[in-house]
Amino acid sequence: MSKVTEISANAQAIAQRLGITKYDIYGATTDSTSVQVDKGEPKQVKASNRASVTVRVWNDQGRLGITSTTDVDERGLELALKTAAEASAFGATEHIPDFSPEATAPLPEVKITLADAAPVGNLIERLVTVEQALLNAHDAIASVPYNGLAQNTSENFYVNSNGAQRSAERTSASVYLYTKTEQEGRKPRSGHAVRIGVGTEALDIDGCLQEATEKTLSHLDYEKITSGKYRVVFSPDAFLSLIGAFGNLYNAQSVLDKRSLSTAESLNTAVASPLLSVYDDALHPGNVSPETFDGEGTPTRRLAIIENGVLTNFLHSAGTAKRMGAKPTGHASIGAKVSVGSNFLHITQGEPAEASYSLEDADNVVLIDDLQALHAGVNALQGSFSLPFDGWLIQQGKRTSIESATVAGDFHQLLQSIIYVSPDEKITPGGVAPHVWIDELSITGE
Amino acid sequence: MTLAAPPLSSLRLQEIPNQTYQAATDRFDDTWAAPLSTLLGLGRAAGADFIEFFLERTNYISCLAEDDAITSISPRLTTGAGVRVFKGNADCYVSTNDVSFHGLKAALEKGLSIMGLLLPATSAYVPEVTLEMFRDYAATKETWLANCSSMQAMGDVLLGANASVSKVAKHLQARRTAYFRDWQEVLIASSDGTFARDIRLTQSVGANVLCADGDHRSSIGQRLGNTSDPSFLTAWDYGTTAEELAESAGKMLYADYVESGNYPIIMANHFGGVIFHEACGHLLETTQIERGTTPFIDKKGEKIAHENLTAWDEGRSTESFGTIDMDDEGMPAQRTLLIENGVLKNFLSDRAGAMRTGHPRTGSGRRQNYTFSAASRMRNTFIDTGDYSLDDLFASVDRGIYCKKMGGGSVGPTGQFNFAVDEAYLVENGKITRPLKGATLIGEAVDIMQKISMCSQDLSLAPGFCGSISGSIYVTVGQPHLKVDSITVGGR
Repeated sequence: MSKVTEISANAQAIAQRLGITKYDIYGATTDSTSVQVDKGEPKQVKASNRASVTVRVWNDQGRLGITSTTDVDERGLELALKTAAEASAFGATEHIPDFSPEATAPLPEVKITLADAAPVGNLIERLVTVEQALLNAHDAIASVPYNGLAQNTSENFYVNSNGAQRSAERTSASVYLYTKTEQEGRKPRSGHAVRIGVGTEALDIDGCLQEATEKTLSHLDYEKITSGKYRVVFSPDAFLSLIGAFGNLYNAQSVLDKRSLSTAESLNTAVASPLLSVYDDALHPGNVSPETFDGEGTPTRRLAIIENGVLTNFLHSAGTAKRMGAKPTGHASIGAKVSVGSNFLHITQGEPAEASYSLEDADNVVLIDDLQALHAGVNALQGSFSLPFDGWLIQQGKRTSIESATVAGDFHQLLQSIIYVSPDEKITPGGVAPHVWIDELSITGE
Repeated sequence: MTLAAPPLSSLRLQEIPNQTYQAATDRFDDTWAAPLSTLLGLGRAAGADFIEFFLERTNYISCLAEDDAITSISPRLTTGAGVRVFKGNADCYVSTNDVSFHGLKAALEKGLSIMGLLLPATSAYVPEVTLEMFRDYAATKETWLANCSSMQAMGDVLLGANASVSKVAKHLQARRTAYFRDWQEVLIASSDGTFARDIRLTQSVGANVLCADGDHRSSIGQRLGNTSDPSFLTAWDYGTTAEELAESAGKMLYADYVESGNYPIIMANHFGGVIFHEACGHLLETTQIERGTTPFIDKKGEKIAHENLTAWDEGRSTESFGTIDMDDEGMPAQRTLLIENGVLKNFLSDRAGAMRTGHPRTGSGRRQNYTFSAASRMRNTFIDTGDYSLDDLFASVDRGIYCKKMGGGSVGPTGQFNFAVDEAYLVENGKITRPLKGATLIGEAVDIMQKISMCSQDLSLAPGFCGSISGSIYVTVGQPHLKVDSITVGGR
């Protein structure tokens, strides 16, 4: 009997014994290993084998209680169901979450490739080799203080008392390299890169090494930047992180909570330049670890969020969809209050641009490679941001690393000020995006 | 749960899988000595230099009130363990949900295997590790959980708080109040004989308001925290919190964006201490020395800050958010002098840090939960009082910024730090003139520590959450009002 079948059978028997007639469970089991190295030697290896479930119980009045637990044996499940039943007495009386109407709908047919876990010794050996290659790339690269090679196998499942039962197994691996330089009379600089794959064999470690090396070397010669307004280009990673930080713009739960930059009336209005389109697509071929159903069992799908600058859809749970007269979109995370979030963003060109731009001949343009401290520098409720970044000032096509600076602006204005969305889409761990050009933003340097 | 059989001085390895242990209690108590000393002995027999078991049980609940409704009550129950195995300076950490004897043994064997260590022959005798007499910091805390607020009381208090906000705030768009209670029991046993248990009770309540008037928006939050008072929530004076939030949100609603540039600033006390936490505190953790990512690596005994600055990190203040009786490696909490009159006195060190850097342990080995190995982390960290009055500080500023309420921040591997300012005011000729929004303070730790030139006498501590290598932990930041002579302010 599989773990999911066992949990489902146990839950059904315990619920019956406790007189619970309506419940659902979302859970996951994970088996992961990661290694770090330091100057040719293994520093720390981590391994874990864990399980967790979240149980929701509806009482006779239809009110909802919830409990999460890591004890998935019979005793743990019983305690979780009892606690959830107790909590249901204090559950919300309005807008109570219910089963997704799509919890038993067919799942999308996606070919999910699974990889075997590699031996730990193999992981250490590969990471030591990469670290050495980085250290050999330039005398200035003194260390790789943050590095890691990890692999993960997980199985997610959803079951409910109406007979829904879904599970999916996935594997993933990642490599992360972060350098630090030391040069006499110069400030320490750094560069980093990350890659993900289905397993360690499929991981583009050489690409990660090359990117980390090139970025590090590009920051060795740096200059301060004069504060002022600049034309700004966001790298794919930077733009994905920024649009993710303002995810309340297209989040139905945030709209209903009045904690969004949008209102229900914002749908079908222009929120960005017509040059921009944004989709959420858990099933994108670039997503190495696709989830085929969300925390309520709703199948995931490709959803247009912004098309040619127009806000076309919000991300929904079953509950938000019901309240707003829409369909669930496969973006729910189970909870007493169901939360909503994106799966895998795909940012792409909208309407054709009248002019095209190139970094090769750009002049007085700031290229932002990586935004930092988004948890502190983004005010998602006000729509403003002020963020440190790594990047370069490009003058007549030549890149010079910027020593230390912040970029600030209003997110609404930024979306409207897009002047070019390049065709060069890049697959990143968080989504797919091109370079995005903004007419003007405030840069604070010196 | 499975627990100990009568301790045996040594077992043949082949006998260990057949040992059965019967649960005696729902608490981690001294009956765990026998199975853990057996497992520690097994690890040593396999050739490990050091082994540590960290067992954890938590009972967590959160409650959320939005406007006039309770929208979420979420309990979470966790049991787990982590096993750390050292061989030389390298280590391995294995975590599991299975805290039965066989679950712990399987985790240990996995850790040994990863470190390339082999179990001795099945006929070999495995001497147990002798554990110290059980140090039980939890004995007086057994009733804490039962005395905490009920679900009904949580709902009543949070709804009362939201109602208070609606009475005093103008242009209110949304109100949100959230509470959590995190009860944690830990047991630590290691091959150096450490055998200790503690119960921690961490509670926090946070309130947030969003005000809007046309295109003008302001959002302001406030958080309180406590580590040992079961009645913390019901004792909360939420009326005062509501008034303070309403005042701040009202002032910031029509604030102008700050003009970027370099300014002298006055940092408020309380959560203003995040500047020291980010700009210096993290760089005094031995984890940073190990990685070579602190500019203070070889500066012990040297002047690294303005002579008017003295700073501490400690775990013993009553009820402060970062207070612990022992750290997550079983070491009693200490009071650690970090900087005295500008001179670096000590680093914060955990077991691995002490081993790898030579700086002595300071009771600073902390972790979010059993899925993380402990690392050197801060507890209650603050800049001590100085000789100046608040008036002295303002009088010294011709044109600068008063940072009254700080947001979060971070420090990077090269020592660059940044943090957001949630509530700021322009200071002109020593007087506050108008509110400003959108400010981010950025700088380099080495530079900024020399520029904290004036400290007042109104030290105040504030609760916070610190995310780093061993997860998110509860900490306190703090300082008196202080002046930074010049700092880069990112804005429009």
